[in-house]
Amino acid sequence: MAMTTQHVPSFEAALTDDGEDPVRTIERTGKSRNPLRNFVPPFLMFLVFLGIWYAYSGLRYDIAAQRINALPFPHEVIRDGFLPLWDENNGLRPALGYLWVTLIGTLTGLGVSIVLGVMIAVVMNLSKSAERAIFPYAVVAQTVPILAILPLLTQVFGEKFMVRLVVIVLIAIFPVITNTLFGLQSADRLHHDLFTLNKASRWTRLWKLELPGAVPALMTGVRIASGGAVIGAVVADFFFTRGEKGIGFFIRVKQQRASERPEMFMGTILASMFGVVMFLVIGYITNRAIRNWHDSARDRT
Amino acid sequence: MMTDPGTAAPTSGSGAPRLKFQNVSMVFPDGTHALDDVSFNVAPGEFVTVVGPSGCGKSTLLRIASGLTPHTSGVCEVDRGSIGYVFQDATLLPWRTVQRNVELNAELHGMPKAERQAKATDAIKLVNLVGHEKKFPKQLSGGMKMRTSLARSLVLNPKVFLFDEPFGALDEITREFLNDELIRLFQHEQFAGLFITHSISEAVFLSTRVLVMSARPGRIIGDYQVPFGADRPHDLRFDPAFAELCGRISNDLKDAH
Ligand SMILES: Nc1ncnc2c1ncn2[C@@H]1O[C@H](COP(=O)(O)OP(=O)(O)O)[C@@H](O)[C@H]1O
Ligand SMILES: [Mg+2]
Repeated sequence: MAMTTQHVPSFEAALTDDGEDPVRTIERTGKSRNPLRNFVPPFLMFLVFLGIWYAYSGLRYDIAAQRINALPFPHEVIRDGFLPLWDENNGLRPALGYLWVTLIGTLTGLGVSIVLGVMIAVVMNLSKSAERAIFPYAVVAQTVPILAILPLLTQVFGEKFMVRLVVIVLIAIFPVITNTLFGLQSADRLHHDLFTLNKASRWTRLWKLELPGAVPALMTGVRIASGGAVIGAVVADFFFTRGEKGIGFFIRVKQQRASERPEMFMGTILASMFGVVMFLVIGYITNRAIRNWHDSARDRT
Repeated sequence: MMTDPGTAAPTSGSGAPRLKFQNVSMVFPDGTHALDDVSFNVAPGEFVTVVGPSGCGKSTLLRIASGLTPHTSGVCEVDRGSIGYVFQDATLLPWRTVQRNVELNAELHGMPKAERQAKATDAIKLVNLVGHEKKFPKQLSGGMKMRTSLARSLVLNPKVFLFDEPFGALDEITREFLNDELIRLFQHEQFAGLFITHSISEAVFLSTRVLVMSARPGRIIGDYQVPFGADRPHDLRFDPAFAELCGRISNDLKDAH
């Protein structure tokens, strides 16, 4: 081994020199140059949006001369919708109870979609005929207008937790299946050759090559699915009257009386923020999971 | 091990050939005629390099030798018990660290964990990657990736070692360092080596024998024993005899098109 070590210093020099990635260093300094640039444009956009809201509400106010049917002003949404923050019967707190139900439903549905979706994608990846057999139905699950099959689902699954779960899974599973399948199938041909040379079994190939390689695509699918899951949970609230009720129910009820409409807005804002938070949390988890090895991880939000 | 550069004796293989090509031809299903009547042997301790214009069937030759692609006629006998194959690309799994990548082949062969870890540690030493074990491929330079790839094959102590332009994408300095390194590995392991390159000086520097291939369909149109001993010092590249041999091969290649 003495022979192999005599050149170590020069090797080290030759290798560590191009081992550092200069491109990445530039990128990093470029990003930190002005953090405000990331926040100023969306903030301005928000002000424009508020302006339009105020203008529109003001118009309605003038015409109607009283507030019936009118759109509440943003500050009224804060004052009469969100406040008080912590009261048993008014303001934010009751809505949070409904949001909690939505959260549990969404996460359960997303979890089921991930487990089932990955399993289906794996089966489709193992056999071309399975892929051909399943794919049309996956597309149907995606394209059938969900509201059109809600009555049917009621007949089959009742009106409680189970049917809500089915609605969420129907919407969320498609992106999981297609993205995971794409990830499984995009394993490098030379990597497959490497596994062939080492006489790897189909199972080993799946576990050690295809599945790990599919994680980034799978996570992309999960992020898309999370949006669909939230929609499914809210839609179910609008349609099904039994079982534990989520934020959609709250929104629907608060729409009915003009005096409660600021609360309706509060519920809508909560539901929207919930969707955004889901999206961000999944992005964060993805980044943590694959940043060591995947190129795109660094740039994702 | 043969160690007499002075006498300029060709390093010839010892023992029965581990890799035999007899009149091997390859026609792909789409009609592409990739190889035509190729015959040669590689014995343990022999390092045979094939040079030829791109697209002439060099990679196909290696894929046939490894069993990845079945050939269409002729006889190809290879001791496939333990085969090393280094691709043009390092083909590391990006989600595995250097250490875990080096363990991969052994892992796929079902070698127990403790044993493969110990062997990986040895191989990492052999290719001078100590200290980089915990890095991911993304953090490595091209040369370091190739060393990791080499180490991954070394763990199984291959009796037949196939190289498909492994250093083709590297700069010349890194390539020469890795060539020196490979010479040492070869002296250490005494495998039967079959190496593909488009660099004539790399071919002459590394091998005991150089084969020149014609444009498609690939035929062997030149066959040179390399008259340098097993020790290949770095400055052999400046030897007039070295340049002369490179010149002859280069002439053959000119006719290859
Ligand atoms: N699977 C295949 N089917 C059809 N043609 C192929 C296939 N693989 C390689 N070829 C063709 O065979 C020829 C030799 O390819 P290859 O061995 O990769 O050349 P080289 O490695 O010498 O550059 C090329 O013309 C290539 O396009
Ligand atoms: Mg090639």
